[in-house]
Amino acid sequence: MSAFWLTITVLILSAFGAYAGRAQSLRVAGGDARKLHSLPKYYSSFVALGVLIPCLFVLVIWLFAQPKLIERGAEQMLNASSEPSLVMSDVRRVADGLGVAVAQGALSETEAHAPIENLRDVLGGVGVALGNEVTPDVLSAAQGMRAQEQRGNQFRMFAVLGLAALTLVFGLSRITPEFRARNAVERVVLALLITAASLAILTTVGIVLSMIFETRNFFGLHSWKDFFFGVKWAPNFRGDSELSILPLLWGTIYISLIALLVSVPIGLFAAIYLSEYAGPKTRGVAKPLLEILAGIPTIVYGLFALLTIGPLLLNTFGSGGLLGVEWMSGATAVLTAGLVMGIMLIPFVSSLSDDIINAVPQAMRDGSLGLGATKSETIRQVVIPAALPGIVGAILLAASRAIGETMIVVLGAGAIAKFSANPLDAMTTITTRIVSQLTGDGDFASPETLVAFALGLTLFVLTLGLNIIALYIVRKYREQYE
Amino acid sequence: MKENAMDNIKISAKNVQVYYADNHAIKDVNVEIEDKTVTAFIGPSGCGKSTFLRCLNRMNDTIDICRVEGDILIEGEDIYDRRVDPVQLRAKVGMVFQKPNPFPKSIYDNVAYGPRIHGLARGKADLDEIVEKSLRSAAIWDEVKDRLDAPGTGLSGGQQQRLCIARAVATAPEVLLMDEPCSALDPIATAQVEELIDELRQNFAVVIVTHSMQQAARVSQKTAFFHLGNLVEYGETNQIFTKPSDPRTESYITGRIG
Ligand SMILES: Nc1ncnc2c1ncn2[C@@H]1O[C@H](COP(=O)(O)OP(=O)(O)OP(=O)(O)O)[C@@H](O)[C@H]1O
Ligand SMILES: [Mg+2]
Repeated sequence: MSAFWLTITVLILSAFGAYAGRAQSLRVAGGDARKLHSLPKYYSSFVALGVLIPCLFVLVIWLFAQPKLIERGAEQMLNASSEPSLVMSDVRRVADGLGVAVAQGALSETEAHAPIENLRDVLGGVGVALGNEVTPDVLSAAQGMRAQEQRGNQFRMFAVLGLAALTLVFGLSRITPEFRARNAVERVVLALLITAASLAILTTVGIVLSMIFETRNFFGLHSWKDFFFGVKWAPNFRGDSELSILPLLWGTIYISLIALLVSVPIGLFAAIYLSEYAGPKTRGVAKPLLEILAGIPTIVYGLFALLTIGPLLLNTFGSGGLLGVEWMSGATAVLTAGLVMGIMLIPFVSSLSDDIINAVPQAMRDGSLGLGATKSETIRQVVIPAALPGIVGAILLAASRAIGETMIVVLGAGAIAKFSANPLDAMTTITTRIVSQLTGDGDFASPETLVAFALGLTLFVLTLGLNIIALYIVRKYREQYE
Repeated sequence: MKENAMDNIKISAKNVQVYYADNHAIKDVNVEIEDKTVTAFIGPSGCGKSTFLRCLNRMNDTIDICRVEGDILIEGEDIYDRRVDPVQLRAKVGMVFQKPNPFPKSIYDNVAYGPRIHGLARGKADLDEIVEKSLRSAAIWDEVKDRLDAPGTGLSGGQQQRLCIARAVATAPEVLLMDEPCSALDPIATAQVEELIDELRQNFAVVIVTHSMQQAARVSQKTAFFHLGNLVEYGETNQIFTKPSDPRTESYITGRIG
């Protein structure tokens, strides 16, 4: 039975448990639901969950564990080979191919277990291409693997269905009028919620750990001094690369700075207008519009940079342009990416600042207006100072988004890593270099590829730091008014 | 100073109606508030005391749905006239709110806020003097004179309220409106504020909204009783509390309407 059908069966059994649990609870109560500790639906959920959760848990573990165990067995059978990972991938392909061939009727089940002469042709016929000729040990290993897999799947079916029957009977037998099914369901729900929360945290930890692991590999192959303190970014896939983060960091910071210079004043003023001056009608239209702007995928902004802003800047500052100067040589530049990223961040800054400005108590404004201050005096001297910590937090959050932004920079800023103060020069950032180091077919053991993880980790630490500071400031500010 | 008793009228309200959208919150109120006098507004919750008080310095302008009709004259000038700048008006008619609302600035800057905005001080020394005088008149100078740079929000509730009074006094208003200024205060701070109100009467017309009959009796010379948006009775405080002429006033001050 395949995992899919097994899951369906478990679901059906659990649904049956739900029905039977309800019936059983009413039966033990003699048909009078008031004699039960809990409502019948709780007995029904108790039995259903009691079947579902253990069975699915066992099934998932089994799905992960079985291939690992079988592969380890096959590896030991083949231990003669010098490159186990390559041979193992062949074995896996052949085993999978045999499965496909049987499923499509090109081979019978018994044929698939016997030695096969023209294996490449047979598998090629069913759409599984094999690279080199299959040696007999690979074939027998593959066949062994397949046999074990089939046996394993059989065991899996017995184990899961047996467990389902067991839990079903156990669940039903627990039902008495005194049994506190409601509390039991409560505990199960709590456990599910905790599992979900810890999964979210665990995946984050997993991501960070895998980055740390690969970064360590990188520093084993490349000097950390060059990475952190070198001056040049010149990856070279024949080896001997200079991989320093500093030029990339410079580009990242420069572009982010321009983005903030654009987005912070505009976003902040928009927020002030919306929260302090605009009537309910204007606000009703403008706020959702700004929020839609925040939902545009960044690749679209990237296209805007590539097709509109870049050429526009080139026509102004490039040779033969409006100003008659020759400061810009191509449409991709720090300024292009910075401007567009700034536009992208406007709604982000404005909606955060809007929330923060609205959190300033009305009493504060009344106090100032009551002393004969005008609206703009009140905003400048009372509202903004009161909201300042929160606004700073919002700006830091915007900065961390700018630092992590990729698509706009890929399309707008160019790919040249260098130190330059000219905003009309093409430059590049950490994120775009991560993309370019990992795309294409470099192998995963060279420093040129692994550097992406070191870059990613640095970026992660940077944005994490910014976010922590920002959240700390924002929270501190919220407390002030509670 | 003018001799005639009629000329002692600071604020006169004629046929004032206030609506919040469709809610008729103040119904045809006529009242004359005297200068250098404390006038108390009393009445059950929701009867419109705050609403009427906020009409006197046009703070209701800041509420979109609020509409005011009728005339309110301060020294004969209609404050709802087109030519009157509500911002200037509020400098002349100061307000202290129910909840202390110091700005998140230093104590000094809180008090200096109004004078700075209106350019009342001629220099640093002048401003220092205004701040000190205002803090003294709000009976808080001794408590804060050593920490004028500390944030005003760090004071206790009662100190904050006195700071807000000092802040209102510093703009040199002619009328001071106080909306339940003691509702957040303990008895000691309340006594201090009441004493202060009595002193302020030397210079201003003071209007105070209060839920405490005792407080109204202690600090005010005139009392106005509001009920369901109507001004039921207005007269000498002594007379209102001893021989109210309207049965509704009587049942309120004896605790039967509440
Ligand atoms: N901002 C507002 N928007 C709409 N209606 C309001 C507003 N403020 C007050 N009202 C209404 O106006 C009426 C009078 O309210 P007001 O605040 O003046 O009462 P109050 O006498 O000050 O009561 P309290 O003693 O509880 O402070 C109430 O019916 C209230 O619902
Ligand atoms: Mg009120």
